[in-house]
Amino acid sequence: MLAWTVYISFIGVLALMLVPAGQARAARGIALLTAVAGFLLGLVSAFAYQPTAGIMTIVQKPWIPGLHIDFFLAADGISITLVLLTGLAAIVGILFSWNVEHRTKEFFAFYLALIGGVYGVFLSFDLFLLFVFYELAIIPKYFLIAIWGSTNKEYGAMKLALYSFIGSAMVLIGIIAAYVVSGAHSMNLLELAKYPYPASFQYWAFPLVFVGFAILAGLWPFHTWAPTGHVAAPTAASMLLAGVVMKLGAYGALRVAMTLFPLGLEAWRNEIAVLAVIGIVYGAMVALVQKDFKFVIGYSSVSHMGFVLLGLMTLSSIGLSGAVLQMFSHGIIAGLLFGVVGRMVYDRTHTRELPLLEGMNLSRALPFAAGTFAVAAFASMGLPGFSGFPAEMSVLIGAWRTFPTFAVLAGLGILIGVAYTLLVLQKSFFGDAAPTPEVPAHPLPPITVPERIGAVILLATTLLIGLYPKLLLDLIVPSFNSPLFEALRNEALRKGGIL
Amino acid sequence: MSTFPLITVLTCIPLVGAVVLIGLDFERKQLARGLALGFNLVSLLGAVLLWLHFDSASPNLQLTERHDWIPSLGAEYFVGVDGLGLLMVLLTAIVVPIAMLASWRIEEKVPLYFSMFLLLQAGLFGTFTALNFFHWFIFWELSLVPAFFLIKLWGGPRRSAAATQFFIYTMVGSVAMLLSFLAIFWAVGTFDFHTLAEMGSSGKLAGALADKLGWINLTGHQLALVIFAGVFLGFAVKVPLIPFHTWLPVAYAEAPTGVTMVLTGLMSKMGVYGFLRILLPIFPNEMRLIMTPLLWLAVATIVLSACAAFAQRDLKRMFAYSSINHLGYCLLGVFVLARFTGNDGPLNVEKTAVLNGVLLQMFNHGLTAPILFCFIGFLEQRSGGLRGLDDFGGLRKVAPIFCGLMGIAIFASLGLPGLNGFIGEFLIFKGSFPLATWATALSVLGLLVTAIFLLTVLQRVFSGPLNVKWSALAELTWPERFIVIPATALMLLIGIWPQVLMGKINLTVIQMVDHLKF
Amino acid sequence: MNGLSYWQLLTLVAPETIVALTAIVVLGVDLLVMREEPLRNRFRIGAAFAALGCLAAIVWLFTLNLPSHALGADIALPMLKGMFVDDPLVRLVKVALLGLTIFTIIISMESSFTDHVGEYLALILLAAVGMMFLVAAEDILMIFISLELTSLSLYILTAFNKQNVKSAEAALKYFLFGGMSAAFTLFGLSLVYGLSGSTELREIGAKLNQPVLDPLLVAAIVMTVIGFGFKVAAVPFHLWAPDAYQGAPTPSAAFIASGSKVASFFIFAKVMMFGFSHASGSGAWHDYVPGWLPVLGILAAFSMLLGNLTAIAQSNVKRLLAYSAIAHGGYALLGILANGPQGVTALIYYVVTYGVTVLGAFAVVGVVEERAGDARLSDFAGLGRREPILAFCMMIFMLSLAGIPPLAGFFGKFYLFTAAVGGAKNLGLLWLVIFAIAMSAVSLYYYLQVLKQIYVVPAPGENRIVAAPISTRIIIALLAVVVLLLGCAPDLIVGPLLAAIQFAGFQ
Repeated sequence: MLAWTVYISFIGVLALMLVPAGQARAARGIALLTAVAGFLLGLVSAFAYQPTAGIMTIVQKPWIPGLHIDFFLAADGISITLVLLTGLAAIVGILFSWNVEHRTKEFFAFYLALIGGVYGVFLSFDLFLLFVFYELAIIPKYFLIAIWGSTNKEYGAMKLALYSFIGSAMVLIGIIAAYVVSGAHSMNLLELAKYPYPASFQYWAFPLVFVGFAILAGLWPFHTWAPTGHVAAPTAASMLLAGVVMKLGAYGALRVAMTLFPLGLEAWRNEIAVLAVIGIVYGAMVALVQKDFKFVIGYSSVSHMGFVLLGLMTLSSIGLSGAVLQMFSHGIIAGLLFGVVGRMVYDRTHTRELPLLEGMNLSRALPFAAGTFAVAAFASMGLPGFSGFPAEMSVLIGAWRTFPTFAVLAGLGILIGVAYTLLVLQKSFFGDAAPTPEVPAHPLPPITVPERIGAVILLATTLLIGLYPKLLLDLIVPSFNSPLFEALRNEALRKGGIL
Repeated sequence: MSTFPLITVLTCIPLVGAVVLIGLDFERKQLARGLALGFNLVSLLGAVLLWLHFDSASPNLQLTERHDWIPSLGAEYFVGVDGLGLLMVLLTAIVVPIAMLASWRIEEKVPLYFSMFLLLQAGLFGTFTALNFFHWFIFWELSLVPAFFLIKLWGGPRRSAAATQFFIYTMVGSVAMLLSFLAIFWAVGTFDFHTLAEMGSSGKLAGALADKLGWINLTGHQLALVIFAGVFLGFAVKVPLIPFHTWLPVAYAEAPTGVTMVLTGLMSKMGVYGFLRILLPIFPNEMRLIMTPLLWLAVATIVLSACAAFAQRDLKRMFAYSSINHLGYCLLGVFVLARFTGNDGPLNVEKTAVLNGVLLQMFNHGLTAPILFCFIGFLEQRSGGLRGLDDFGGLRKVAPIFCGLMGIAIFASLGLPGLNGFIGEFLIFKGSFPLATWATALSVLGLLVTAIFLLTVLQRVFSGPLNVKWSALAELTWPERFIVIPATALMLLIGIWPQVLMGKINLTVIQMVDHLKF
Repeated sequence: MNGLSYWQLLTLVAPETIVALTAIVVLGVDLLVMREEPLRNRFRIGAAFAALGCLAAIVWLFTLNLPSHALGADIALPMLKGMFVDDPLVRLVKVALLGLTIFTIIISMESSFTDHVGEYLALILLAAVGMMFLVAAEDILMIFISLELTSLSLYILTAFNKQNVKSAEAALKYFLFGGMSAAFTLFGLSLVYGLSGSTELREIGAKLNQPVLDPLLVAAIVMTVIGFGFKVAAVPFHLWAPDAYQGAPTPSAAFIASGSKVASFFIFAKVMMFGFSHASGSGAWHDYVPGWLPVLGILAAFSMLLGNLTAIAQSNVKRLLAYSAIAHGGYALLGILANGPQGVTALIYYVVTYGVTVLGAFAVVGVVEERAGDARLSDFAGLGRREPILAFCMMIFMLSLAGIPPLAGFFGKFYLFTAAVGGAKNLGLLWLVIFAIAMSAVSLYYYLQVLKQIYVVPAPGENRIVAAPISTRIIIALLAVVVLLLGCAPDLIVGPLLAAIQFAGFQ
């Protein structure tokens, strides 16, 4: 059934293509329906899934027999978690783009194509298939930004596309090499993970594939696409970029690079952890000095994704599950933040300059947006009660074992995070400037119903997962016991850890 | 004990209230005030019920509720109270309504204001009853958010800076504490305060830390000390202990009166509570190891803050420093408790006295300080924002009741026998003297300075020639009296009959002291 | 001719015969019957004849059973000695060539650059015949002759736009370079003959199997590589390509880029793999068994580098496609470098799908050129709004060229790279594959530039609506569907190829 999340998205794309031009309402309706259907499918599957069952095969059919490539969709708890995230982000993104009037149907067609690709990546267990979906997601991103974006949109779009493509080129090299070295018998991830690649091979293949994926996850110093991309993107696209696309990278790094090349991981673990921590601290520090509202959130994404990468590098069950939880959590929270900034603020005030916003007294004009942003901001700081907390907490617990110093530095990153979040909160909505008479000359349009619904969905989710992360952890934690992670487990065991 | 989840319900009442209020239209001010007060009265009722249900013949945690929550993260839903928790819950239930009444005149975004207030109350209830770190930390931080907004949105002219400073300082402490607890969790796999305390006193904790956590080349004891330092920082900022106090005067001064009352009366107690509930039981060895510097800090807190208060010209700031000073006594008591005395019985009596004193001091300061700030708030209202020490004079002549009641509160704060402040401070000093003679002796200096500046207030504000500006100063109105008189009565009651509190906490105190007999 | 009657021979070459006859018929009908008809009708009717002829040849290829001996281990027909090979692989390639020819014919159907319709169509068909013979040849003489037949037709096709001086210039350049390359090829092949005493590739391969590399053989190989390098426009023998692509009438350019490429690469692979299969490598390149690998490797690297980097700077889409073709030639060389059955399969899949894609791209360019008079990047602005279907198809073509899944270009590259990595010992070609992948990442940039014009940049003020002819639309859409289909289900080609290649004798 999960496979239909992929199919239905592409069916949605086709349906949108058939909608006559100018039928914006119909286009929105189809898009929303598709997204909701996808999410519901994911939800039902999540309930039907037995976490102890390990990897659940959905479809496995020979695709290109000559090269032993299968059409192999499957899911474990990690996939399901991220599928749910994708579903949520998709729905809310559409709700937040309800006001797109320019080339509406194309917008949603690209949007759904992106969603479909993302679902596909999360569900593919054949490397070739995974890569196909991974690259498939690049092009819609480009158009979404280049056509409907703002500030420097063509530059941001091209940068994003090229970074993604370079990353995927690195991945491609690694995949091909891994395929050939293992004897070119299979592209099945489960099979390949069993193959003991020689250490000398892993030594270069691991960083290649890992970094290739991690570029999309915003690994410092390859993160520079993220802020510009996020800023240039239209609201829904930046919600998806931060919410889901960055997760593609982290997911690939975990699912492919780490499972195939555990020895390589061991060799490069410290180096990558250093980069992750630099990302956490650096992202936060840069966010502290930004003038553009969206840049703050963009850099904060880099910082938060650093936790994911750090969690992956801990190579402990709790750190890894924390990393996955953080993927989910950041997806929700960053989506919400971008939604508020892009849709609720920018679309109304037509500026994202913090000094300008400071004088607008937005908390008066848009109380709902102010409240939403405040809660989201606190969630983003990693305050307990919100989903970021159990996630970052798990990552840090894991980090204590392997890299105590980094755990402390990451703590510093959290603090800087608190600082910039407070700062942006004050400047954006709770500016101190007295209400100047010329500001309310044209009152801002009130927050619409779709926006409210979308915001509430995300707020509720982050709260729910923050208070009861067991819902997801029960899916995630057992996943690391599947045969796919066996080599990784052995490696962790060899180093005296537990996974 | 019934199986009725009294504590959960108690925590949920203000939460529900907060949610209800936040949904209200901003214009429905009166309804919001009424609702808020209603919810408060219900939770006061709940607290009283808790008080009644609490079996003072048992030293154990009572009315516990325990449920699985997130097993893989060691999180449990585990609440319960002993004498310490009970006292704090009661204090919260009493002070918050008073603070709310004191903010009755807030006119901006009223529902939001009261909603934040209720949220804050929920955070406090949760903090004082949670027994698992994960659970506890949620409430610990939860209380921060409404406090931030209360200062930020309704504070004085420099509110933004004050709110930010307050939040970031506290977060520094919180993050340090969080990191420490995560390390502990990694080492021993539990967040349960009870279990951790047992491990701490038996020395297992340091061993586990050394086993599991290799960091640079630290030994187990050094590691434990580092971890301890993290947790310590978290509480020290909250209380605050000098030199971690710089956020406090600004925050107290800028916050609206009601909020200042809660800040000083309750939120500072969160820190002391943490010292008693968490730091002391879990890290007795580490605490003893650095007891001397800690005592120095406590003494510095007491003496310096008293001197600082003496130097202030702004009443709010003055009482803010005075608040630090009073909490300094609590900390002195806490640190003294950590002293290892082998197995000599006699000192146990002293320790019992100290701990009793600390608890009483927490309660009493929690009651007195808010009332003082409340009075300052009234004064400020009448004077149109003026609150300098020298702005007034001879008020006794125009507003005798006002001055009389405020005088009682000042004397209570000063520690006059017969009022509530006396008994706590007396017990602390009495017990501490044999345990840490020099520190106690130095602290007395603080007591002296406190007396001087409080009397100065009395003299400058109430006595002396009447400042003509205030010849028409309004007397305490009936609603205002309604706010302060019950509290004043309670001060007198406790001053005369401290047994009403001590009866409930006695066994807890003895048990805690016994536990400290490592 | 013992054992093979003329009738048998005719059956064997029936497809070629059909196409050749069609060429004469088309020429005749146009000259004799339709002189007075309007240009459009002449083109339509002629094209219909031509396409039908090709179709008939395809049908013939599919229905005719292979002679039994061709299916056995002994591949080449012994009596023809490699002059004409008929095995499943060759047939598949011929089908592909004919398919591309049909598409080219239909694209040219609506053009107006010439009134010599019969000649034009006949030349296309004759070029196709040349290609068909070329791919069936395993004898150097036959290879040379067919090569010349193809080339001469293509030179003329390039020059066909008589109103445009650029067309003549392009043809002249193409001709001069082509002639030179023919000279090189001939010289190289004659050396080969001298060294081995045979004209048949497999015999040559067997004879050249000696432990020490003969300097003369090196010269022979280098000469041959240069000759074919010209044909496939590998750097540094690429100079004719951009001008030819830009100057030639669009259908001609499309045909040069598609059909001619398929045939040239196929025969290039055969020459290298059969003829020089045992030419051993020197010590420095120890991991490569055949000595010509480094030479080709360097050619490939330079083609990719120069093709991609220069393409970035182009402002004319036709030139851009020309440079991109050079780059794609570089990728395709990887298939020859892989030096084995997988390599050849990958190569054929790649060049055929590339041919289809580039045909489609040129078709769209033709439409735009017809309207705007030129094919500058800016002429594409706003195409997405005016011609959504064409624009969408162009997106598919461009993305396929860039190698984005699930389009044919992606799988082609993937397969080529896999084959190349697996083909050499100890991942010896990995460096080149890494280089190729990096370059293909670069290439996304200029393909996106085209798409940016189409979708992002708004149309210029005047909205000149010249509706594209319906047949062109259909054919473009069809090509796009083929690109998508072959990308999603590459097994449609790869399966038969893999089944056929085992009879073709590649090791």
